[in-house]
Amino acid sequence: MKTFAQKALERASGQADLVPGQIVDAFPDLYMSHTASWRCIKTLERMGVEELYDVDRIAMVMDHISPAQTAKTAAHHSLSREFAARMGITKFYDVNAGIAHVVLMERGHIRPGELIIGTDSHSTIYGALGAFGTGVGFSEITAAWVTGKLWMKVPESIRVEIDGPLPRGTYGKDVMLKLIGDLTADGATYCSVEFAGSYVEGLSISERMTLCNLAMEMGSKNAVVPPDEVTSQYLEEAGVQRDEYEPLLPDPGAEYRQVERVDGATLSPQVAIPHMVDNVVPVEQVAGTKLDQVFIGSCANAKYEDLVIAAEVLAGHRVAPGVRLIVTPASSRVMARAASEGIVSTLLEAGALITNPGCGACAGDGGAMADGEVTLSTANRNFQGRMGSYESKIYLSSPATAAASAIRGVISNPQDLIA
Amino acid sequence: MTAEVQDDRSGSGRRVGGTAIVFGDNVNTDVIIPGRYLVSIDPAELAEHAFEPLGLELQQRLRASDVVVAGRNFGCGSAREQASTCLIGAGISAVIAASFSRVFFRNAINTGLVAVESPEAVAAIEDGAQVWVDYEVGVVEVGDQRFPFAPYPESLAAILESGGLIEQLIQQTKAASEERR
Repeated sequence: MKTFAQKALERASGQADLVPGQIVDAFPDLYMSHTASWRCIKTLERMGVEELYDVDRIAMVMDHISPAQTAKTAAHHSLSREFAARMGITKFYDVNAGIAHVVLMERGHIRPGELIIGTDSHSTIYGALGAFGTGVGFSEITAAWVTGKLWMKVPESIRVEIDGPLPRGTYGKDVMLKLIGDLTADGATYCSVEFAGSYVEGLSISERMTLCNLAMEMGSKNAVVPPDEVTSQYLEEAGVQRDEYEPLLPDPGAEYRQVERVDGATLSPQVAIPHMVDNVVPVEQVAGTKLDQVFIGSCANAKYEDLVIAAEVLAGHRVAPGVRLIVTPASSRVMARAASEGIVSTLLEAGALITNPGCGACAGDGGAMADGEVTLSTANRNFQGRMGSYESKIYLSSPATAAASAIRGVISNPQDLIA
Repeated sequence: MTAEVQDDRSGSGRRVGGTAIVFGDNVNTDVIIPGRYLVSIDPAELAEHAFEPLGLELQQRLRASDVVVAGRNFGCGSAREQASTCLIGAGISAVIAASFSRVFFRNAINTGLVAVESPEAVAAIEDGAQVWVDYEVGVVEVGDQRFPFAPYPESLAAILESGGLIEQLIQQTKAASEERR
């Protein structure tokens, strides 16, 4: 009886019968580095090594600062570009592609059962496709380029059972904010989180991404939704055929450190208030809070589905005077589809500012706030100073709550605006 | 750093410490080193901005300290390795916390910063106290109090001993090429 994490790390380490707490050498299938790639390249230069373990396992995506802001960041991009060309790295995506996580999933680089490491804490998102994704520092990515491996502790697992359907106007983001609020910012530290329950079965990959992405905010090492038919269809569209991967499913009766149950039917829209993601309240409690800016973006909530939800709320309305609505699509593919389906025009007509795809304001790349300003964001972090002034405030919500709040200029419950 | 501290350090390669600076729970990576400074990987340059959101007075105290002491979930948030290297640049040799975020813990070990989980020691340490960590034995010393902790597995201790993961690989590569000669 094994958990997903045990199976995934047995596969990646080639060792049998792993138990939680054991430390193994694991060989990841993919090493993702984003805008931090230059740090890895500089580190590799310091090591004086030219020979890499497996260039095909390297993926680079220029997402955190895109396009370059300064000569310095331009030099960082240029270094990465040249390195990728010189080493023959085919999974190199430039500043036009979008957020690494979403880009790599859309393009078929993430498969069920694989171990993925990335220079980004939200690498837990790869569990949306049944992979074991986890964040590491740039030194570890560099080391993996050379040795192909890294040390990993086999985690204990937490099973989260979510019963659906959710009430109108609530989404995966609300589920996760509620869960993070209940379990706290370190409630799942070092643990693998496995999602289950009627809400999860048949859930879109977009919402699965939101679940697995946000799981990081309670400290989890990785998070996973067991792959199913929805996963296979998504992968087929991404160019990955069914015989190209082997899904790993947790055994019934596997041992969990704890089992959490979320009653989806009683959920209401949730908001995380400054400056911690586990400071979570029902939207009513902060309704009326005046906003200067609304940001719909990030790997948590700027996928196509998220933009559709925002557009449905915003259609026929205008953003409140004095409020800046910034929409940053997660990827170029998301943006292209949003354009062809009329979502972009709806957002523009409502008064939104649409930026190029990428991490954008979530990573402090544009959309900075002045002293005393307030943003409601669909991202995954509201830490002090993350978006400009140390004296500004970030609230977090779903795209629906963000869109409704942009219309009214104050934090608002979106449920009465959703048919 | 005082001469006395230097003397103590020369005693054991696996013993570090000095003056403590104490923080609360959930100190996150954006507060430790704001994202706008990640354009650098130089520890000294990063150290100038460590804990900038908390103000200059605290930053000055940090630079005069040797050990960061914190509550639960220290280093939560981003995978940015500079959260560890900015502390090294500021002269910090160890972090003692009630608990760590997993990625901060990894980054600390991998960059050669001693990171020890000991809620008992944290409860006993006052701001400005003299604190020592012997990570070979597995003990935090606070005055005449001693708080044991489980020593690192040998593989992690070896990374720390080398001064970090990359330093370890450099040393291994050098040793291998010398052997071939």
